Amino acid sequence: MTEKIRTAWKFLFGDSARAFGSLSVVLVVMLAVVPAKDHFREWLHYQHEYQSLIRNRSDGVSLARRFQGGVQQIWLPELDVVDRCATCHSGLKEASLAGVAAQPFRPHPPIPHSLTEFGCVMCHRGQGFATTVEDAHSSTKAWEQAILPARYVESSCGQCHERPLEGTPQLNAGRDMLARYGCVHCHKIASPEGRVMTATDDPPSLAHVAEKTTREWIFAWIKNPQAYATTATMPNFQLSDEDARDISAFLINQSTPYIAGAPRKTPAVPKQDDTAAVQQGSSVYGESFCASCHAMQNAAGLMTGGNIGPELTRVGSKVKPEWLADWLRNPKVYDPETAMPHYRFEEKDVGLVMGFLGSKTDSDFLKDVHMDTATAAQIAHGKTLVSERGCASCHEINGVAHADNFAPELTAVGSLPLAKILFAPGMAHTVPDYISAKIRNPRSFGNALKMPKFTLSDSQVDSLVTALLAQTTRAKTLPATLRIQAAPPSTYQPAGRAGQLMTDMRCFSCHEINGRGGSMAPELTWEGSSVQRGWLVSFLKRPNTLRPTLIRRMPKFNMTDEEASVLADYIMTVYQTAAFDGAAKFAGGDSAHGKDLYYGKYACNSCHILDPAKDKGYIGPTLTEVGLRLNPEWIFHWLKNAQALRPGTLEVNWNMNDEDARAITAFLMEQKAAPRKGASR
Amino acid sequence: MRAAALLLLLAAAGCNRTPSSSSAPVASGFGVAIVGISGEKQTAGAGATLDQPVVAQVNDAQGTGVAGALVQFSSMDGAHFDPPSGLTGSDGQFSTTVRLGGASGRTSLVATTQDKSGKRVQVTFAEIALDYQQTLGQVLNEKYCSRCHNSESTAERVSNHDNLSVAPHAFSDGATLNQISRANLVAIITHGGAALSKSPEMPPYSPTLSASDIEALTAYIRAVADPPYRPQGVFNANP
Repeated sequence: MTEKIRTAWKFLFGDSARAFGSLSVVLVVMLAVVPAKDHFREWLHYQHEYQSLIRNRSDGVSLARRFQGGVQQIWLPELDVVDRCATCHSGLKEASLAGVAAQPFRPHPPIPHSLTEFGCVMCHRGQGFATTVEDAHSSTKAWEQAILPARYVESSCGQCHERPLEGTPQLNAGRDMLARYGCVHCHKIASPEGRVMTATDDPPSLAHVAEKTTREWIFAWIKNPQAYATTATMPNFQLSDEDARDISAFLINQSTPYIAGAPRKTPAVPKQDDTAAVQQGSSVYGESFCASCHAMQNAAGLMTGGNIGPELTRVGSKVKPEWLADWLRNPKVYDPETAMPHYRFEEKDVGLVMGFLGSKTDSDFLKDVHMDTATAAQIAHGKTLVSERGCASCHEINGVAHADNFAPELTAVGSLPLAKILFAPGMAHTVPDYISAKIRNPRSFGNALKMPKFTLSDSQVDSLVTALLAQTTRAKTLPATLRIQAAPPSTYQPAGRAGQLMTDMRCFSCHEINGRGGSMAPELTWEGSSVQRGWLVSFLKRPNTLRPTLIRRMPKFNMTDEEASVLADYIMTVYQTAAFDGAAKFAGGDSAHGKDLYYGKYACNSCHILDPAKDKGYIGPTLTEVGLRLNPEWIFHWLKNAQALRPGTLEVNWNMNDEDARAITAFLMEQKAAPRKGASR
Repeated sequence: MRAAALLLLLAAAGCNRTPSSSSAPVASGFGVAIVGISGEKQTAGAGATLDQPVVAQVNDAQGTGVAGALVQFSSMDGAHFDPPSGLTGSDGQFSTTVRLGGASGRTSLVATTQDKSGKRVQVTFAEIALDYQQTLGQVLNEKYCSRCHNSESTAERVSNHDNLSVAPHAFSDGATLNQISRANLVAIITHGGAALSKSPEMPPYSPTLSASDIEALTAYIRAVADPPYRPQGVFNANP
């Protein structure tokens, strides 16, 4: 062996000439390493592949002309972007490659932003400056920012766009849910300017809860809210029987009366076996359009109704009759902040509605719940649990203070450093996976954790994760000029007695005025310019339906003549647009010509019913008596630009010329027929 | 020696991290055919979960459902199934939740089962993954178009389709809409039906919608066309 080595040594380095030759060969090999390494770079391989992809295409020449080899970089110092993604993704801007399915050569789908102005990692995350597939896309040893899965990509829009965008339904839904499911009661979430997100749910005060319901119901409800109402937004705290027993004991114990003094009267409530009376109560429920806000499961098992108020499918198993009577008479006596309007029901109707709601029971729900009298120790333990679980973050509870910052702040949760996350065994180590697992099953991270479990579908979880991923540290460092701020919340409050009436009937639960209020019903900011006073008074007294197929409708509040008149005066005086110039441009149109235009050129009858005998359009309001309802100047301007009068209306912006608008206005103002029989229902 | 132990340990840890592929259940029934029951032609954003589960049914020669047959779902387009395989229920059906792949476009899902002899039979479901522009188009369609162009009514949204004298085309009606050029689609939406000698019941949507909104709507119409829209001829490349 040693003999062989010695021979080889002699052969290579025996004399100076041999040694020189051998070393030269070694040097050449060493010098070749660098270019060879360069030659086998991953990105060069993809660029070669791209070139052979385009070579045989009919548009290959122009594609090849635009192709640039080498490392391609987008550098945007003010956005902190150094992206080399286009080095491999060579076809990003080539729309003609739309049919190519293989990555990295697919073109980018059309978006409203330029790729070169924003770069790639702004939306997709990942390591922009990496030049290998692994480093760019995954969180490896050296890097922690992984590529954002496509289903969450809308979250990146939310870094700048705080105002809802039409093209990001998932982000919008997620942000709504953060407010509607009460996430922000416990978690603080702020915008980059520091505006804190507020909740839109209205968790009831529990200060008088013993007056409203029984301990048995509270026990069953906190054990599993969705067993009582499938649409309930209250999460499941996964309480043991003992804990639920003690919490219910404490909640009953802390409750105080909400009306002091004499025992309250309940109206005559029909018996449950009096089906005719229950049916009558159902009619009052229907005519009062309770279903505009409250859902109920019908006989076929389908959920029908709105989601502003709680579901009422099993309400008969929940509420006490004395409380229900008070609530139906005037809900503000029990809860001054409720969204429920004050219906001015007659006592007889209160009884009928109580009879109907009382029939909505579920004998199974409380079947196995038997509560013994609570001991002082149980009540004390219940109070401890209520404090620990953060019940007071949402609900008002006597003796337990509202805890600020009960749960971790989520303002920058989308950029949570991986090193700070305690991952559960077996889960992928990325921020989106962590957030999604945490929402799906909070206790998978440890049984001692306080966060309750929400009942959410897969797509709802995706929406929530999207909204939370929009909360990044990058959002804070972006130039302020890029930020599209949300409209500041409006604190508009109408004045005087009309203001009191509007508060009493909770107009803002459904209508928006001056930026405040719900979206279920038409916006009323300029209603005074729109309608005639006579029609308004009769509508307030007896709201008949304007749109034939609408199922959410304005309830009848049984207001007095005086109340209707005060409201109408206020609306007619205050809710006036300044956009009308007063010049009588709208008058003097040729109504016969207007009729031709209505049925011909503009085909208004495809959406509106004017003559119930022959028109069939379902979309817009019925115009049978529009001449008694609307102000001609409003019609004229509406035809010219409806969106300017009521942003977001479905009416087409006709951009109509003055002559046509005048003619149609004249024609519509002649429509004063009484509504056909039955149309008011 | 120590390094080798460490390596072994790492390998073991690595094995733990990868989800253990649950052993596929053993089929107790065998059919001769597999058919799609529901869940086809759904639209969702790229990478999103489809609203409705996808359901396939294994049938015997008489066309009745076979219980206990093994159904396996797969996709070349990156779709993810939960669960990816399983046995059919007593009605012969197997249902799975589908998360689309990250790229927009048509996504095909294949459900496979085997007959007694081990021969594979399969059925394909076509789903549609939308990109940003098409998603925007879908939102606009829901707000402005579908009341007339979608003939199906729900309690919450009654269709106006049958009230019109000229029936509007469903956006999925590829046989008709694929014949209309992009420029003409944009023109009809922008200027209304009357401007193109079609029904004036289709109103002009400019300036209600911006040019880019209308562009998004046409992208959506192309995306949901059935049969699928295939662009004609050579593209002019982007400048």
